Amino acid sequence: MSATLIRIKLPQHLRTLARIDGQVELHVDGPVTQRSVLDALEASYPMLRGTMRDHVTQQRRAFVRFFACEQDLSHEPPDAPLPDRVVTGAEPYMIVGAMAGG
Amino acid sequence: MSGVRVLVGTRKGAFVLTSDGKREQWDVKGPLFGGWEMYHFTGSPADPDRLYASQSGGWFGQVIQRSDDGGKTWDPMDNEFSYAGVPGTHQWYDGTPHPWEFARVWHLEPSATDPDLVYAGVEDAALFRSVDGGKQWQEVRGLREHGSGPHWQPGAGGMCLHTIVLDPRDPGRMFTAISAAGVFRTDDAGKTWRASNRGLHSEGIPDGDAEVGHCVHNLAMHPSRPDVLFMQKHWDVMRSDDGGDSWQDIGGDLPTDFGFPIDVHAHEPDTVYVVPITSDSLHYPPDGKLRVYRSRTGGNEWEPLTKGLPQRDCYVNVLRDAMAVDSLDSCGVYFGTTGGQVYASADAGESWEPIVRDLPAVLSVEVQTLK
Repeated sequence: MSATLIRIKLPQHLRTLARIDGQVELHVDGPVTQRSVLDALEASYPMLRGTMRDHVTQQRRAFVRFFACEQDLSHEPPDAPLPDRVVTGAEPYMIVGAMAGG
Repeated sequence: MSGVRVLVGTRKGAFVLTSDGKREQWDVKGPLFGGWEMYHFTGSPADPDRLYASQSGGWFGQVIQRSDDGGKTWDPMDNEFSYAGVPGTHQWYDGTPHPWEFARVWHLEPSATDPDLVYAGVEDAALFRSVDGGKQWQEVRGLREHGSGPHWQPGAGGMCLHTIVLDPRDPGRMFTAISAAGVFRTDDAGKTWRASNRGLHSEGIPDGDAEVGHCVHNLAMHPSRPDVLFMQKHWDVMRSDDGGDSWQDIGGDLPTDFGFPIDVHAHEPDTVYVVPITSDSLHYPPDGKLRVYRSRTGGNEWEPLTKGLPQRDCYVNVLRDAMAVDSLDSCGVYFGTTGGQVYASADAGESWEPIVRDLPAVLSVEVQTLK
Protein backbone atom coordinates (compact mmCIF):
# COMPACT_ATOMS: atom_id res chain seq x y z
CA MET A 1 0.00 0.00 0.00
CA SER A 2 1.36 3.43 -0.85
CA ALA A 3 1.89 6.22 1.62
CA THR A 4 -1.10 8.48 2.25
CA LEU A 5 -0.95 12.19 2.97
CA ILE A 6 -2.83 12.88 6.21
CA ARG A 7 -3.69 16.26 7.69
CA ILE A 8 -3.32 16.57 11.45
CA LYS A 9 -4.47 19.41 13.64
CA LEU A 10 -2.70 19.77 16.99
CA PRO A 11 -3.62 21.78 20.09
CA GLN A 12 -1.74 24.99 20.74
CA HIS A 13 0.59 23.62 23.43
CA LEU A 14 1.76 20.79 21.21
CA ARG A 15 2.18 23.08 18.19
CA THR A 16 4.36 25.31 20.34
CA LEU A 17 6.35 22.37 21.67
CA ALA A 18 6.92 20.98 18.17
CA ARG A 19 7.39 24.46 16.61
CA ILE A 20 4.59 23.90 14.14
CA ASP A 21 2.53 26.61 12.50
CA GLY A 22 -0.91 25.53 11.33
CA GLN A 23 -1.72 21.96 10.40
CA VAL A 24 0.72 19.13 9.89
CA GLU A 25 0.72 17.10 6.70
CA LEU A 26 2.34 13.70 7.02
CA HIS A 27 2.75 10.64 4.84
CA VAL A 28 1.47 7.56 6.61
CA ASP A 29 2.55 4.15 5.39
CA GLY A 30 0.07 1.30 5.36
CA PRO A 31 -3.37 1.35 6.97
CA VAL A 32 -4.33 4.74 8.33
CA THR A 33 -5.19 4.24 11.98
CA GLN A 34 -4.79 6.17 15.22
CA ARG A 35 -1.62 4.21 15.89
CA SER A 36 -0.06 4.71 12.47
CA VAL A 37 -0.88 8.41 12.45
CA LEU A 38 0.62 8.95 15.91
CA ASP A 39 3.64 6.82 15.00
CA ALA A 40 4.27 8.99 11.95
CA LEU A 41 3.69 12.19 13.89
CA GLU A 42 6.11 11.17 16.66
CA ALA A 43 8.70 10.04 14.11
CA SER A 44 8.67 13.50 12.53
CA TYR A 45 8.39 15.36 15.82
CA PRO A 46 10.13 13.30 18.54
CA MET A 47 9.46 15.95 21.18
CA LEU A 48 5.78 14.93 21.04
CA ARG A 49 6.54 11.45 22.35
CA GLY A 50 4.86 10.92 25.68
CA THR A 51 2.60 13.95 25.34
CA MET A 52 -0.35 12.23 23.65
CA ARG A 53 0.07 8.64 24.81
CA ASP A 54 2.07 6.89 27.47
CA HIS A 55 5.64 5.99 26.52
CA VAL A 56 5.34 2.41 27.70
CA THR A 57 1.69 1.38 27.51
CA GLN A 58 0.89 3.55 24.45
CA GLN A 59 -2.43 4.35 26.13
CA ARG A 60 -3.99 7.69 25.21
CA ARG A 61 -3.40 10.28 27.92
CA ALA A 62 -6.64 10.85 29.77
CA PHE A 63 -7.11 14.49 28.73
CA VAL A 64 -6.18 13.99 25.09
CA ARG A 65 -9.01 13.35 22.62
CA PHE A 66 -9.09 12.38 18.95
CA PHE A 67 -11.80 13.88 16.73
CA ALA A 68 -12.46 13.66 12.99
CA CYS A 69 -15.44 14.11 10.69
CA GLU A 70 -17.54 15.37 13.60
CA GLN A 71 -16.98 12.13 15.51
CA ASP A 72 -15.19 11.46 18.80
CA LEU A 73 -12.78 8.67 17.93
CA SER A 74 -11.00 8.74 21.29
CA HIS A 75 -12.33 5.38 22.39
CA GLU A 76 -11.82 3.58 19.10
CA PRO A 77 -9.22 0.80 19.13
CA PRO A 78 -5.84 2.22 18.10
CA ASP A 79 -5.70 -0.06 15.06
CA ALA A 80 -9.20 0.73 13.79
CA PRO A 81 -9.25 2.33 10.31
CA LEU A 82 -9.83 6.08 10.34
CA PRO A 83 -12.69 7.58 8.28
CA ASP A 84 -12.18 7.74 4.52
CA ARG A 85 -12.25 11.54 4.49
CA VAL A 86 -9.24 11.53 6.85
CA VAL A 87 -7.47 8.96 4.69
CA THR A 88 -8.04 11.03 1.56
CA GLY A 89 -6.91 14.21 3.29
CA ALA A 90 -10.30 15.86 2.89
CA GLU A 91 -10.70 16.18 6.68
CA PRO A 92 -8.02 16.66 9.34
CA TYR A 93 -7.40 14.27 12.19
CA MET A 94 -7.77 16.47 15.23
CA ILE A 95 -5.79 15.91 18.42
CA VAL A 96 -7.53 17.90 21.10
CA GLY A 97 -6.85 18.84 24.70
CA ALA A 98 -10.00 17.97 26.65
CA MET A 99 -12.02 20.89 27.91
CA ALA A 100 -11.50 21.74 31.55
CA GLY A 101 -12.88 24.55 33.61
CA GLY A 102 -11.41 26.48 36.47
CA MET B 1 30.23 43.25 36.40
CA SER B 2 28.55 40.68 38.57
CA GLY B 3 24.85 40.09 38.48
CA VAL B 4 22.11 37.66 39.31
CA ARG B 5 19.61 35.70 37.31
CA VAL B 6 16.55 34.53 39.25
CA LEU B 7 14.78 31.57 37.68
CA VAL B 8 11.11 31.39 38.64
CA GLY B 9 8.79 28.47 37.96
CA THR B 10 5.07 29.12 38.27
CA ARG B 11 1.75 27.35 37.72
CA LYS B 12 1.49 28.94 34.28
CA GLY B 13 4.99 29.33 32.92
CA ALA B 14 8.53 30.32 33.80
CA PHE B 15 10.09 33.75 34.26
CA VAL B 16 13.66 35.03 34.25
CA LEU B 17 14.45 38.01 36.47
CA THR B 18 17.85 39.62 36.03
CA SER B 19 19.73 42.40 37.74
CA ASP B 20 23.24 43.67 38.25
CA GLY B 21 25.08 43.12 41.52
CA LYS B 22 23.26 46.00 43.20
CA ARG B 23 19.98 44.11 42.79
CA GLU B 24 17.93 47.29 42.66
CA GLN B 25 16.67 47.35 39.06
CA TRP B 26 15.18 44.21 37.59
CA ASP B 27 14.38 43.03 34.11
CA VAL B 28 11.52 40.54 33.93
CA LYS B 29 11.24 38.16 30.98
CA GLY B 30 8.53 35.63 30.39
CA PRO B 31 6.44 33.69 30.43
CA LEU B 32 8.48 30.89 28.96
CA PHE B 33 6.44 27.74 28.31
CA GLY B 34 3.27 29.74 29.00
CA GLY B 35 0.35 27.77 30.35
CA TRP B 36 2.45 24.87 31.65
CA GLU B 37 3.22 24.06 35.26
CA MET B 38 6.89 24.72 35.87
CA TYR B 39 7.65 22.70 38.98
CA HIS B 40 11.35 23.51 38.79
CA PHE B 41 13.61 25.79 36.76
CA THR B 42 17.30 25.82 37.57
CA GLY B 43 20.82 26.30 36.26
CA SER B 44 24.00 24.28 36.21
CA PRO B 45 26.59 25.54 38.70
CA ALA B 46 29.24 24.19 36.33
CA ASP B 47 28.00 26.18 33.33
CA PRO B 48 25.68 29.12 34.01
CA ASP B 49 24.44 29.10 30.42
CA ARG B 50 23.09 25.57 30.90
CA LEU B 51 19.53 25.77 32.25
CA TYR B 52 17.07 22.97 32.92
CA ALA B 53 13.32 23.26 33.30
CA SER B 54 10.63 20.78 34.28
CA GLN B 55 7.50 21.55 32.25
CA SER B 56 4.37 19.55 32.92
CA GLY B 57 0.62 19.61 32.81
CA GLY B 58 -2.44 17.46 33.20
CA TRP B 59 -3.13 17.33 29.46
CA PHE B 60 0.19 16.54 27.87
CA GLY B 61 2.35 15.17 30.68
CA GLN B 62 6.02 15.84 31.24
CA VAL B 63 8.53 17.75 29.13
CA ILE B 64 12.12 18.52 30.08
CA GLN B 65 13.57 21.64 28.49
CA ARG B 66 17.23 22.59 28.26
CA SER B 67 18.94 25.82 27.27
CA ASP B 68 22.62 26.14 26.46
CA ASP B 69 22.61 29.91 26.04
CA GLY B 70 21.30 31.20 29.33
CA GLY B 71 17.66 30.88 28.38
CA LYS B 72 17.60 32.53 24.96
CA THR B 73 16.73 29.28 23.17
CA TRP B 74 15.40 25.98 24.41
CA ASP B 75 15.23 22.39 23.24
CA PRO B 76 13.02 19.60 24.56
CA MET B 77 15.02 16.72 26.01
CA ASP B 78 14.01 13.15 26.76
CA ASN B 79 10.80 12.94 28.73
CA GLU B 80 10.66 9.19 29.29
CA PHE B 81 10.97 8.40 32.97
CA SER B 82 10.47 4.65 33.07
CA TYR B 83 10.93 2.85 36.34
CA ALA B 84 13.59 0.18 36.21
CA GLY B 85 12.53 -3.46 36.24
CA VAL B 86 9.10 -4.41 37.49
CA PRO B 87 8.06 -1.33 39.43
CA GLY B 88 5.94 -3.10 42.04
CA THR B 89 3.74 -1.17 44.42
CA HIS B 90 3.78 1.38 47.20
CA GLN B 91 0.95 2.09 49.61
CA TRP B 92 -2.00 4.17 48.52
CA TYR B 93 -3.85 6.60 50.80
CA ASP B 94 -6.13 3.82 51.99
CA GLY B 95 -3.25 1.49 52.73
CA THR B 96 -3.79 -0.73 49.71
CA PRO B 97 -0.91 -1.51 47.31
CA HIS B 98 -0.72 0.90 44.38
CA PRO B 99 1.48 0.51 41.31
CA TRP B 100 4.29 3.00 40.86
CA GLU B 101 3.11 5.51 38.23
CA PHE B 102 5.15 8.41 36.91
CA ALA B 103 3.34 11.73 37.25
CA ARG B 104 5.90 14.57 36.96
CA VAL B 105 9.37 15.82 37.73
CA TRP B 106 9.36 17.89 40.90
CA HIS B 107 13.01 18.81 41.12
CA LEU B 108 16.10 18.90 38.92
CA GLU B 109 19.52 18.95 40.57
CA PRO B 110 22.47 19.60 38.25
CA SER B 111 25.94 18.53 39.33
CA ALA B 112 28.20 21.25 40.69
CA THR B 113 31.04 20.16 38.42
CA ASP B 114 29.61 18.44 35.33
CA PRO B 115 27.02 20.35 33.27
CA ASP B 116 25.81 17.12 31.65
CA LEU B 117 25.14 15.31 34.92
CA VAL B 118 21.73 16.07 36.34
CA TYR B 119 19.37 14.30 38.72
CA ALA B 120 15.58 14.39 38.65
CA GLY B 121 13.29 13.75 41.58
CA VAL B 122 9.90 12.54 40.44
CA GLU B 123 6.40 11.59 41.55
CA ASP B 124 5.75 8.68 42.23
CA ALA B 125 8.88 8.93 44.29
CA ALA B 126 12.03 7.91 42.48
CA LEU B 127 15.37 9.34 41.49
CA PHE B 128 16.53 9.51 37.87
CA ARG B 129 19.95 10.44 36.51
CA SER B 130 21.08 11.75 33.14
CA VAL B 131 24.74 11.85 32.18
CA ASP B 132 24.14 13.57 28.83
CA GLY B 133 22.33 16.73 29.82
CA GLY B 134 18.85 15.24 29.79
CA LYS B 135 18.97 13.36 26.49
CA GLN B 136 18.33 10.11 28.34
CA TRP B 137 17.20 9.30 31.86
CA GLN B 138 17.90 6.17 33.88
CA GLU B 139 16.39 5.41 37.24
CA VAL B 140 18.75 5.22 40.21
CA ARG B 141 16.88 2.11 41.19
CA GLY B 142 18.61 1.42 44.50
CA LEU B 143 16.53 4.12 46.18
CA ARG B 144 13.08 2.90 45.21
CA GLU B 145 14.24 -0.65 45.85
CA HIS B 146 15.28 0.29 49.36
CA GLY B 147 13.51 -2.30 51.47
CA SER B 148 10.96 0.19 52.71
CA GLY B 149 9.70 1.19 49.24
CA PRO B 150 6.51 -0.92 49.30
CA HIS B 151 5.52 0.87 52.52
CA TRP B 152 5.97 4.45 51.31
CA GLN B 153 2.76 6.46 51.26
CA PRO B 154 1.90 9.73 49.51
CA GLY B 155 1.42 12.97 51.37
CA ALA B 156 -1.46 15.22 50.43
CA GLY B 157 0.58 16.62 47.53
CA GLY B 158 1.41 13.22 46.09
CA MET B 159 4.26 10.81 46.72
CA CYS B 160 7.09 12.91 45.42
CA LEU B 161 10.84 13.01 45.63
CA HIS B 162 11.21 16.75 45.92
CA THR B 163 14.65 17.41 47.38
CA ILE B 164 18.10 16.32 46.20
CA VAL B 165 21.22 17.52 48.01
CA LEU B 166 24.62 16.66 46.56
CA ASP B 167 27.64 16.55 48.84
CA PRO B 168 30.30 18.81 47.27
CA ARG B 169 33.06 16.99 49.14
CA ASP B 170 32.13 13.48 48.07
CA PRO B 171 30.52 12.74 44.67
CA GLY B 172 29.27 9.42 46.01
CA ARG B 173 27.18 10.97 48.75
CA MET B 174 23.78 12.51 48.27
CA PHE B 175 20.59 13.02 50.20
CA THR B 176 17.03 12.83 48.94
CA ALA B 177 13.77 13.66 50.67
CA ILE B 178 10.43 12.08 49.89
CA SER B 179 6.95 13.00 51.05
CA ALA B 180 5.91 11.13 53.03
CA ALA B 181 8.76 8.69 53.53
CA GLY B 182 11.61 10.86 54.78
CA VAL B 183 15.30 11.35 54.11
CA PHE B 184 17.48 8.76 52.39
CA ARG B 185 21.25 8.91 52.01
CA THR B 186 23.61 7.13 49.68
CA ASP B 187 27.39 6.97 50.08
CA ASP B 188 28.05 4.99 46.90
CA ALA B 189 26.57 7.19 44.17
CA GLY B 190 23.13 5.69 44.44
CA LYS B 191 23.75 1.95 44.53
CA THR B 192 22.57 1.57 48.11
CA TRP B 193 20.55 3.82 50.35
CA ARG B 194 19.59 4.01 53.96
CA ALA B 195 16.89 5.91 55.76
CA SER B 196 18.28 8.92 57.64
CA ASN B 197 15.40 9.82 59.90
CA ARG B 198 16.59 9.05 63.43
CA GLY B 199 15.42 11.78 65.77
CA LEU B 200 12.42 12.78 63.66
CA HIS B 201 9.05 12.56 65.35
CA SER B 202 5.79 12.94 63.48
CA GLU B 203 2.23 13.09 64.70
CA GLY B 204 -0.32 11.44 62.49
CA ILE B 205 1.61 8.27 61.73
CA PRO B 206 1.15 5.11 63.76
CA ASP B 207 4.69 5.07 65.15
CA GLY B 208 5.77 8.67 65.54
CA ASP B 209 9.44 7.69 65.65
CA ALA B 210 9.32 5.26 62.74
CA GLU B 211 12.39 4.79 60.58
CA VAL B 212 10.35 5.71 57.48
CA GLY B 213 7.11 7.62 56.98
CA HIS B 214 7.98 11.23 57.86
CA CYS B 215 6.79 14.13 55.73
CA VAL B 216 10.05 16.00 55.21
CA HIS B 217 9.42 19.21 53.27
CA ASN B 218 12.91 20.46 52.41
CA LEU B 219 16.62 20.13 53.20
CA ALA B 220 19.48 22.61 53.02
CA MET B 221 23.25 22.29 53.31
CA HIS B 222 26.07 24.82 53.27
CA PRO B 223 28.72 23.58 50.84
CA SER B 224 31.56 24.33 53.26
CA ARG B 225 30.08 22.05 55.91
CA PRO B 226 28.42 19.08 54.22
CA ASP B 227 27.88 17.09 57.41
CA VAL B 228 25.48 19.73 58.68
CA LEU B 229 21.97 19.57 57.27
CA PHE B 230 18.94 21.67 58.02
CA MET B 231 15.41 20.37 57.55
CA GLN B 232 11.96 21.88 57.38
CA LYS B 233 9.60 19.03 58.18
CA HIS B 234 5.80 19.07 57.98
CA TRP B 235 6.03 20.25 61.56
CA ASP B 236 9.46 20.83 63.13
CA VAL B 237 12.65 22.51 61.99
CA MET B 238 15.54 20.09 62.46
CA ARG B 239 19.32 19.96 62.22
CA SER B 240 21.79 17.14 61.77
CA ASP B 241 25.49 17.48 62.54
CA ASP B 242 26.43 13.98 61.44
CA GLY B 243 25.36 13.78 57.82
CA GLY B 244 21.82 12.76 58.58
CA ASP B 245 22.61 9.98 61.05
CA SER B 246 20.60 11.82 63.68
CA TRP B 247 18.45 14.93 63.92
CA GLN B 248 17.73 17.49 66.65
CA ASP B 249 14.84 19.92 66.87
CA ILE B 250 15.99 23.54 66.40
CA GLY B 251 12.55 25.16 66.17
CA GLY B 252 13.30 27.05 69.40
CA ASP B 253 11.36 30.29 69.58
CA LEU B 254 9.71 30.17 66.15
CA PRO B 255 6.04 31.20 66.28
CA THR B 256 5.21 27.96 64.44
CA ASP B 257 7.58 25.34 63.15
CA PHE B 258 5.37 24.33 60.22
CA GLY B 259 6.55 25.46 56.81
CA PHE B 260 8.00 24.41 53.49
CA PRO B 261 11.34 25.98 52.41
CA ILE B 262 14.60 26.23 54.34
CA ASP B 263 17.84 27.75 53.13
CA VAL B 264 21.32 28.70 54.35
CA HIS B 265 23.18 31.99 53.94
CA ALA B 266 25.86 31.75 51.23
CA HIS B 267 28.71 32.85 53.51
CA GLU B 268 27.52 32.08 57.03
CA PRO B 269 26.90 28.36 57.50
CA ASP B 270 24.97 28.91 60.73
CA THR B 271 22.60 31.51 59.29
CA VAL B 272 19.38 29.79 58.31
CA TYR B 273 16.10 31.03 56.84
CA VAL B 274 12.57 29.62 57.14
CA VAL B 275 9.08 30.96 56.46
CA PRO B 276 6.75 29.85 59.27
CA ILE B 277 3.25 28.91 58.16
CA THR B 278 0.33 28.79 60.56
CA SER B 279 -0.36 25.06 60.49
CA ASP B 280 -0.86 21.99 58.35
CA SER B 281 -4.47 22.98 57.79
CA LEU B 282 -3.88 26.74 57.48
CA HIS B 283 -1.28 27.20 54.76
CA TYR B 284 -0.70 30.91 55.26
CA PRO B 285 1.44 33.01 57.59
CA PRO B 286 0.34 33.56 61.20
CA ASP B 287 -1.78 36.66 61.76
CA GLY B 288 -1.69 37.59 58.06
CA LYS B 289 1.93 38.78 58.45
CA LEU B 290 4.50 37.52 55.96
CA ARG B 291 7.68 37.04 57.97
CA VAL B 292 10.90 35.28 57.10
CA TYR B 293 12.66 34.03 60.22
CA ARG B 294 16.42 33.98 60.41
CA SER B 295 18.64 32.19 62.88
CA ARG B 296 22.29 33.23 63.09
CA THR B 297 23.05 30.51 65.60
CA GLY B 298 22.26 27.46 63.53
CA GLY B 299 18.79 27.22 64.98
CA ASN B 300 16.82 27.61 68.23
CA GLU B 301 17.10 31.42 68.31
CA TRP B 302 15.15 33.06 65.51
CA GLU B 303 14.40 36.65 64.56
CA PRO B 304 11.54 37.84 62.35
CA LEU B 305 12.50 39.72 59.18
CA THR B 306 9.64 41.99 58.20
CA LYS B 307 10.96 45.16 56.59
CA GLY B 308 9.34 45.46 53.18
CA LEU B 309 7.10 42.41 53.62
CA PRO B 310 3.32 42.76 54.05
CA GLN B 311 2.41 42.81 57.73
CA ARG B 312 -1.34 42.68 57.39
CA ASP B 313 -3.91 40.79 55.34
CA CYS B 314 -1.35 38.49 53.75
CA TYR B 315 -2.50 34.90 53.22
CA VAL B 316 -0.04 33.46 50.73
CA ASN B 317 2.15 30.39 51.09
CA VAL B 318 5.80 29.86 50.18
CA LEU B 319 6.38 26.43 48.69
CA ARG B 320 9.34 24.16 49.36
CA ASP B 321 11.44 25.00 46.31
CA ALA B 322 10.53 28.68 46.26
CA MET B 323 13.45 30.11 48.26
CA ALA B 324 17.07 30.60 47.23
CA VAL B 325 20.20 32.62 48.00
CA ASP B 326 22.80 34.21 45.77
CA SER B 327 26.52 34.24 46.57
CA LEU B 328 27.34 37.92 46.17
CA ASP B 329 29.31 39.51 49.02
CA SER B 330 26.15 40.74 50.63
CA CYS B 331 24.11 37.57 50.40
CA GLY B 332 20.85 37.97 48.50
CA VAL B 333 17.80 36.02 49.60
CA TYR B 334 14.80 35.43 47.34
CA PHE B 335 11.44 33.77 47.69
CA GLY B 336 8.22 33.47 45.72
CA THR B 337 4.67 33.12 46.96
CA THR B 338 1.52 31.37 45.89
CA GLY B 339 0.14 34.88 45.37
CA GLY B 340 2.63 35.49 42.57
CA GLN B 341 5.05 37.82 44.32
CA VAL B 342 8.80 37.33 44.18
CA TYR B 343 10.60 39.14 47.00
CA ALA B 344 14.32 39.89 47.08
CA SER B 345 16.62 41.00 49.84
CA ALA B 346 20.08 42.25 48.90
CA ASP B 347 21.15 42.47 52.54
CA ALA B 348 20.70 38.94 53.87
CA GLY B 349 17.10 39.51 54.86
CA GLU B 350 17.28 42.86 56.65
CA SER B 351 14.98 44.45 54.06
CA TRP B 352 12.87 43.17 51.18
CA GLU B 353 11.50 44.47 47.91
CA PRO B 354 9.10 42.77 45.54
CA ILE B 355 10.70 42.19 42.15
CA VAL B 356 7.32 41.30 40.68
CA ARG B 357 3.91 41.15 42.31
CA ASP B 358 1.47 39.52 39.94
CA LEU B 359 2.90 36.31 38.52
CA PRO B 360 0.96 33.06 38.64
CA ALA B 361 1.48 31.06 41.84
CA VAL B 362 5.20 30.54 42.30
CA LEU B 363 6.37 26.94 42.51
CA SER B 364 10.13 27.39 42.48
CA VAL B 365 12.81 30.04 42.78
CA GLU B 366 16.49 29.49 42.01
CA VAL B 367 19.28 32.02 41.69
CA GLN B 368 22.39 32.09 39.56
CA THR B 369 25.17 34.42 40.59
CA LEU B 370 26.80 35.60 37.39
CA LYS B 371 30.40 36.78 37.31
